[in-house]
Amino acid sequence: MLILIVLRRARRRMMMKKNEPLTGSHPLLPNLDQEIIEEMLLRIGASSVEELFSDIPSDIRLKRGLRLPEGQSESVVRRDLQSRLASNKTPPSSLCFLGGGVWPHYIPAAVESVVSRQEFYTSYTPYQPEISQGMLQALFEYQSLMCDLLRMEACNSSMYDWASAAGEATRMAAKVTGRRRFLLCGDIGPTRLEVIKAYVSPMDLELQALPLDGRSGATDFSALSSRITSEVAGVYVENPNYFGVLEEGLLDLSTLLHERGGLLVVGVDPLSLSIVKPPGEYGADIVVGEGQPLGIPMNYGGPHLGIFAVRDLRLARSMPGRLIGMTTEKDSEQKAFSMVLQTREQHIRREGATSNICTNQSLMAVAASCYLAMLGKTGLRRLGEVIISNSHYAAKRLSRVDGVTSPLFKGPFFKEFAVGYEGARAVSVYRRMARRGVLGGYPLDRGFRLGREAGLFCVTEVHTHADIERLAAALEEAVKR
Amino acid sequence: MNFSVELGMYPLGSCTMKYNPKVSELIASSDGMRHAHPLQPEETVQGLLSVLHELGEMLSEITGMHRFSLSTAAGAQGEFAGVLMIRKYLREHRLTNKDEILVPDSAHGTNPASAAMGGFKVVKVPSGESGLVSAKAVKELTSENTAGMMFTVPNTLGLFEGEVVEISKAVHDAGGLMYYDGANMNALLGKTRPGDMGFDIVHLNLHKTFATPHGGGEPGAGPVGATKRLAEYLPVPVVSKGRSGYYLDYDLEQTVGRLKGFVGNSAVLLRAYAYIRLLGADGLGNVSSLAVLAANYLWRLLDSEAYPVTHGRGLRRKHETVVSVRSGLPGGAMQTAKALLDYGMHAPTVYFPLIVSEALMVEPTESEPVEFLDEYASALNRISRELKEGRLGNVPRNTSVGRVDEVKASHPTTLKVRW
Repeated sequence: MLILIVLRRARRRMMMKKNEPLTGSHPLLPNLDQEIIEEMLLRIGASSVEELFSDIPSDIRLKRGLRLPEGQSESVVRRDLQSRLASNKTPPSSLCFLGGGVWPHYIPAAVESVVSRQEFYTSYTPYQPEISQGMLQALFEYQSLMCDLLRMEACNSSMYDWASAAGEATRMAAKVTGRRRFLLCGDIGPTRLEVIKAYVSPMDLELQALPLDGRSGATDFSALSSRITSEVAGVYVENPNYFGVLEEGLLDLSTLLHERGGLLVVGVDPLSLSIVKPPGEYGADIVVGEGQPLGIPMNYGGPHLGIFAVRDLRLARSMPGRLIGMTTEKDSEQKAFSMVLQTREQHIRREGATSNICTNQSLMAVAASCYLAMLGKTGLRRLGEVIISNSHYAAKRLSRVDGVTSPLFKGPFFKEFAVGYEGARAVSVYRRMARRGVLGGYPLDRGFRLGREAGLFCVTEVHTHADIERLAAALEEAVKR
Repeated sequence: MNFSVELGMYPLGSCTMKYNPKVSELIASSDGMRHAHPLQPEETVQGLLSVLHELGEMLSEITGMHRFSLSTAAGAQGEFAGVLMIRKYLREHRLTNKDEILVPDSAHGTNPASAAMGGFKVVKVPSGESGLVSAKAVKELTSENTAGMMFTVPNTLGLFEGEVVEISKAVHDAGGLMYYDGANMNALLGKTRPGDMGFDIVHLNLHKTFATPHGGGEPGAGPVGATKRLAEYLPVPVVSKGRSGYYLDYDLEQTVGRLKGFVGNSAVLLRAYAYIRLLGADGLGNVSSLAVLAANYLWRLLDSEAYPVTHGRGLRRKHETVVSVRSGLPGGAMQTAKALLDYGMHAPTVYFPLIVSEALMVEPTESEPVEFLDEYASALNRISRELKEGRLGNVPRNTSVGRVDEVKASHPTTLKVRW
């Protein structure tokens, strides 16, 4: 093909009159060639490229060049950016024990290899199913695997991230029930709380917080009967919660909530579900969560993967986001995949759509589906066990550090735990440890009113015994000063 | 099994399917990107923050805005942020009666959907025979209830909205704000800027104009910019530069808050930054010149009887062209689209914008060599002859599956595999 193009171009050149010299070339701009440009203009019937822009009123034409750096070669740009990025303190040169909604996990090489295939990463939304079966099947498999893991009936093919999925879920609960009050557990992630607030800000919806039990680090579900009235649209609970603690009493909560016509919205870390009961088994109506642990890099905040799943097909009709379904060829029973229930979406329903979401995180869903398929049931279970064993060992190891209470809360935990400090400020501990190449102990927000200084730690399968020793030493040093 | 930009022409209108530079993928795979945690102390991630800060400044220069927030993950999320900004601004100015947002009938579906999510009523602005919105039509629809207008320039027909300045003025005179949908910015880099057209708030789709990969439905990034008057309303965090370095700035007095859990889709932002550096000021101007040249060239190669334009006949196109398939048959546009698949070419966007019957929306972008444009046009012309003569038959034939039954698909009994 390429040879043909080169030959054809040579012929064109010979046929054309010798004209002005070329005005430059660029590897990203194949038609930046004076002769090609002139031939194209000739066909169009325009005298210059400038003429094609003559419909822009002259008073708003930019009469100067953009004030941007001159274009540079690939090698210069690459070297500059790689060296700037190399100055970041990240693994492998530093240790990362941070969590809070983004967690360090190992990504199998095969996952990266699959999502690096140009058929996946340079394609668009599968609007033409006949030439997009690869993407459609990968997304359908993601939906299926996720439903299996969550024990839900329908999962969309991705949202932007956990926080925005939680925001959309809150909006959906209010719309489906037509009610104006929504309860949030007091131990959800502070950034998720802020995003939920922003998402519902245009709605007439009152948000109320359920209190935190300062001893267990879980939600205080006592006196629930008086809080869950017939005006409550739903309750949002995270399990594990922001402190890493597993919530108890969720079946009772969903039973009560369902009796009174509200919906239970649960936020999850999908990796915890090999160990913890899946939300579908305790009555969740909508499940959201962060798919980043399933083979997606931390990427300084994104791209990640927002999970959004619902209990049944009736609720699926009110959910935001793209859904892939299985159908057949028109003229045969040969199975095929395509997008479904598009009448919920903005490109068809416009202002009546369930959400404005269009662009999502499909490639990340492909990564998650590879990850889940590679590990399988047994692999996930073993991984969960390793994580629990590492995190509990680390929590215990840190308890031997002077001036430290670890774990701070008594409730059972998965991979994250809070640590309390005596006589040291959490923010100073966090910064001092970072200077020693150990990232961890993200300060717990004062909004939680814990009454003491504390930081959050995350320990997973990537951390070795030696890493945990280095963490303990860094913490000891940081708390002491 | 899966068509992609690297396999052939992918002129999907409104989506700007350009080539994604490989070097950006290499850069984004650096440890300092992949393993950076969004909650690590800012002093440990200065390299990346410097990139994000510069990107914000570059986007401000490109659009004529005062400041950018990079946090929003997609164009639609940027629109939602913009609508929330309009809402908050009006509340701060005690203008709560203003509850209508004007949206042209040619707009992307996300515009009315975002306005509705933000609690506004949508007032549809009809475009005339020319395909353009007139200042007169806008003036007739503005009132004391007008909160603002969401406007795409050039519009989805690929036409530059010549009265945009008067329209901005009319909306401002009514006390409303102007929102720029940047989906079609690939036509205007270095030519004109939304800020100069009178817009107050802008979003850009970095996965369109700035060449970050579409990922089969993304991840993308939809940063939002604002003029000085509205900059304090932007979503947080924004990346600022202080005496001791770059930091995540949450201290915007009127911010609409957070719409995403963390900083933003940083690895996408990094790729867009690399793209701007590879092209520079002149290169970006050439991008738009060549994208517009390609769209007009491809249009001119099409049989104008088989593929007439229904709006703005005498006008130049910008980055894309919308034609109507005249086959005398209902569903001619879809038949044509499916027939193209057999040529190893992706179909244009079909049946959009809604104001054109049997629409094909073709956006070739600057990255297709002219030879591919020639082949695409000749395929379309051949298909139109076959369609008219009833020789097209059941298309597509050469794809991994035949025509998919989308009617059956829209009544699903399951959305997952049953084991």
